Amino acid sequence: MSSETVNIPFVRLAKRESMDPRKVWAIRIGSIVIAILLGMLPMFITGNNPFKAYQIIISGALGKPIYIKQTIKIAIPLLGCALAIAPCFKMRFWNIGAEGQITAGAIAASYFALNWYDKVPSFVLLAIMFIAATIAGGIWGLIPAFFKAKWNTNETLFTLMMNYIIIGIVSWLQGGPWEGRKGSQIIPMFNDSARLPVVFGIHCGWIIVLVLVILMHIYMNYTKHGYEIAVIGDSENTARYAGMNVGRIMMRTMFLSGGICGIIGFIVVTGANHTLYNGVANGVGFTSITVAWLSQLNAFAMILISIMLAILTKGSNTLQTKLKVPASISDIVIGILLFCMLSCEFFINYKLIFRPRKTEIKEASV
Amino acid sequence: MVTDDYAIEMLGITKTFPGIIANDNITLRVKTNEIHALLGENGAGKSTLMSVLFGAYSADSGIIKIHGQAVQIKDPNVATELGIGMVHQHFKLVHNYTVTENIVLGKEPRRSLFARTVNDQKINPKKGNFSIVSLGSAEKKVKSLSDRYGLSVDPKAKIEDITVGMQQRVEILKTLYSDSDIIIFDEPTAVLTPQEIDELMQIILRLKKEGKTIILITHKLKEIKKVADRCSVLRRGKYIGTVNVQDESEEDLATMMVGRPVSFEIEKQKANLGRKMLEVNDLCVNDSLGAEKVKNCSFYVQSGEILGIAGIDGNGQSELLQALSGLTTPESGEILLDGKLINKMSIRERIEDGLGYIPEDRQKYGLVSGMTIAENCVLKDFYGNKYSGKLGTLNFSHMKSNSDALIEQFDIRSGQGSETLAGSLSGGNQQKVIVAREISLSPAVLLVAQPTRGLDVGAIEYIRKRIVEERDKGRAILLISFELDEIMNLCDRIATISKGTIVGTFKAGEVSANEIGLMMAGVKARKEEADEKKA
Repeated sequence: MSSETVNIPFVRLAKRESMDPRKVWAIRIGSIVIAILLGMLPMFITGNNPFKAYQIIISGALGKPIYIKQTIKIAIPLLGCALAIAPCFKMRFWNIGAEGQITAGAIAASYFALNWYDKVPSFVLLAIMFIAATIAGGIWGLIPAFFKAKWNTNETLFTLMMNYIIIGIVSWLQGGPWEGRKGSQIIPMFNDSARLPVVFGIHCGWIIVLVLVILMHIYMNYTKHGYEIAVIGDSENTARYAGMNVGRIMMRTMFLSGGICGIIGFIVVTGANHTLYNGVANGVGFTSITVAWLSQLNAFAMILISIMLAILTKGSNTLQTKLKVPASISDIVIGILLFCMLSCEFFINYKLIFRPRKTEIKEASV
Repeated sequence: MVTDDYAIEMLGITKTFPGIIANDNITLRVKTNEIHALLGENGAGKSTLMSVLFGAYSADSGIIKIHGQAVQIKDPNVATELGIGMVHQHFKLVHNYTVTENIVLGKEPRRSLFARTVNDQKINPKKGNFSIVSLGSAEKKVKSLSDRYGLSVDPKAKIEDITVGMQQRVEILKTLYSDSDIIIFDEPTAVLTPQEIDELMQIILRLKKEGKTIILITHKLKEIKKVADRCSVLRRGKYIGTVNVQDESEEDLATMMVGRPVSFEIEKQKANLGRKMLEVNDLCVNDSLGAEKVKNCSFYVQSGEILGIAGIDGNGQSELLQALSGLTTPESGEILLDGKLINKMSIRERIEDGLGYIPEDRQKYGLVSGMTIAENCVLKDFYGNKYSGKLGTLNFSHMKSNSDALIEQFDIRSGQGSETLAGSLSGGNQQKVIVAREISLSPAVLLVAQPTRGLDVGAIEYIRKRIVEERDKGRAILLISFELDEIMNLCDRIATISKGTIVGTFKAGEVSANEIGLMMAGVKARKEEADEKKA
């Protein structure tokens, strides 16, 4: 081939054949190191000592028992929601509507908290709220799945749009029918009987999500439903060929996923906020996608990843107050850290090939 | 002329994958300007060896010499630089681009926006990023190459408008365009019609005449006998030997490849016919775009017989199969399974009523590549009591013993037994998994589509035998194949399909391959129309 027409790119990508597991871990650890180094940059630029900043993040998240409790409180919804979306993602059904499903569950739970608190005993009320939240979240998840099954609508857009609808509904409730003091735009705080009991200093939501971890692990790996989900995720055509009712399985899985999100909504309103407002989901539905991806849909790995993210979130809050750095700077740091960790999976699956030097090509072609 | 110089020497090549030694100390010597066949069953290591030569894989050990010089082939670009070109089994073409655009892809002749052309010599041909692609000269070159090798390819035609055979020629032109003098053909005839195969053989001989060295990867012995000079045989990753093709019979080559004598003719007893298990009346099926692909199609299959449907690819076979299996709903007509109308039944109900289906596209339909053999073997009956554990869980040990038995019974060769991922199996073994699963469900009616496409002689023999066994057990079998040999060999009755309609049904032996070929091409049907017009 004449050399003037050859145009080898400087760097290109190739899929890796297979990889030594030790090397995989080396890449993962390496990416965390790079993440930490890159995360120092914004600190430097704003004139802060990056080592001190990291120290504040860690001590701010884990330094005192109360900090640890707060960190775990942040981790609970992240973990629960990551568990919820795992089966959808396994099925390659891109549910990015967890935010809305959490909110739907929170609304249903709040309805009973606000109206039934004096009608039934506390544990009955909580049970009713739990069930109502599960069903509401489930239905909110079922709607996009129904449309996908019937008319093959795009689930990514559909679930995303559903978020805005339900958040709008909460805003309306806040300013309208459920408004506490007129003009306050705030829904009143829940009665004590509609609050989750505290176990070891933290609301018992942590027990619920840990039980969910085990149940979800079993569901995904050992049940017939989990098998069907895996087949659809790998090849929808094969699933249909094998006689699976793909639409029905999608609806069932989305009902389940939305239902778990609803439970998270219940936990957040009864355990943490004790009221309902339009920011109840607080971005958890999106951040949990990161948790699910980083843990590669492994339920147990999600525990670690969600705690890690909670540490970053809590720690950077402390950073804002202690070093007086703007909130946006700590968001940038978290963004950099997540970006590095997510992209390391890319380097595990692909390798970069750099353009060989001219001399090498010549030697080879002699 | 064939000389005694070696164009390619691959010495002691070893390449391992987890659980499998794909190439075990293999030596391949290809003389300059010969046609060298590389023969072996699926999974024998042919593709791996060629991927090593083409730079897609790097060998664990071994030396590669090109024209006597030791070389390191790190990636396909180096292979191209060395004059090695490959015609892949699955074409790598951009469908909405023209022939020329595809051929120059990645090495587009460029002209700077600001450069002048003086006497056809470009000044500053690679000036910066502001160059534009100029195809004029490339088109001329493609045309002249096409003429020189008798390929008759139109450089300006779009890929999507030309036939599969033509697309393959574009792949050949790609290698010629980059001045390759060694051309590797990977299973080139798998996708071609009989006529196209003949033409390809002529092209390969022409390439040899023009001084090219050819490596032909195949397991079709007829083709080797037709064109190849020498043949190297691989079996289960090991090098068996190299022979002069002229000195060996097809049977000898088959024996070398499989390691035991192989029978080409399948011994069949007389069909023991029972009642009509599958009946299709006036069936019409549209494809996803609404075009009518199956028109008033009628036939039946009795238990204990194999009905073959012969036809050229794209004459409604796929749509017919999809309607029978339940993947699509027919527009009109009836499908009767043992006398029961199943038009509107779900796929699962059909399976439970005894409809088995070995699909034509095993990667797209038959298998879940990311799952193990054990999981793939229960794809259609995992929900039943047989594999139930407590509380809706699956009983993995029953699944494993089920697939262990099938692996044993169907001679499925895998790296890690039941735990092997289906996607890592060779094509023949993937097909065996599907056949094993379908047969293990003991269906009353078995739809079989292209059961041996892309498989090697050993696997073909095996799978055909199993199909005949099922017939002898009293199953009704519908075989759809594009390979006339297969139809003629296996079937008790043969129906020919053309443009979605059955144009004739015959008992095997009553009709010659030639006649069926004409009917498949629609020639006979057209003649009848003409007769009608006259009348």
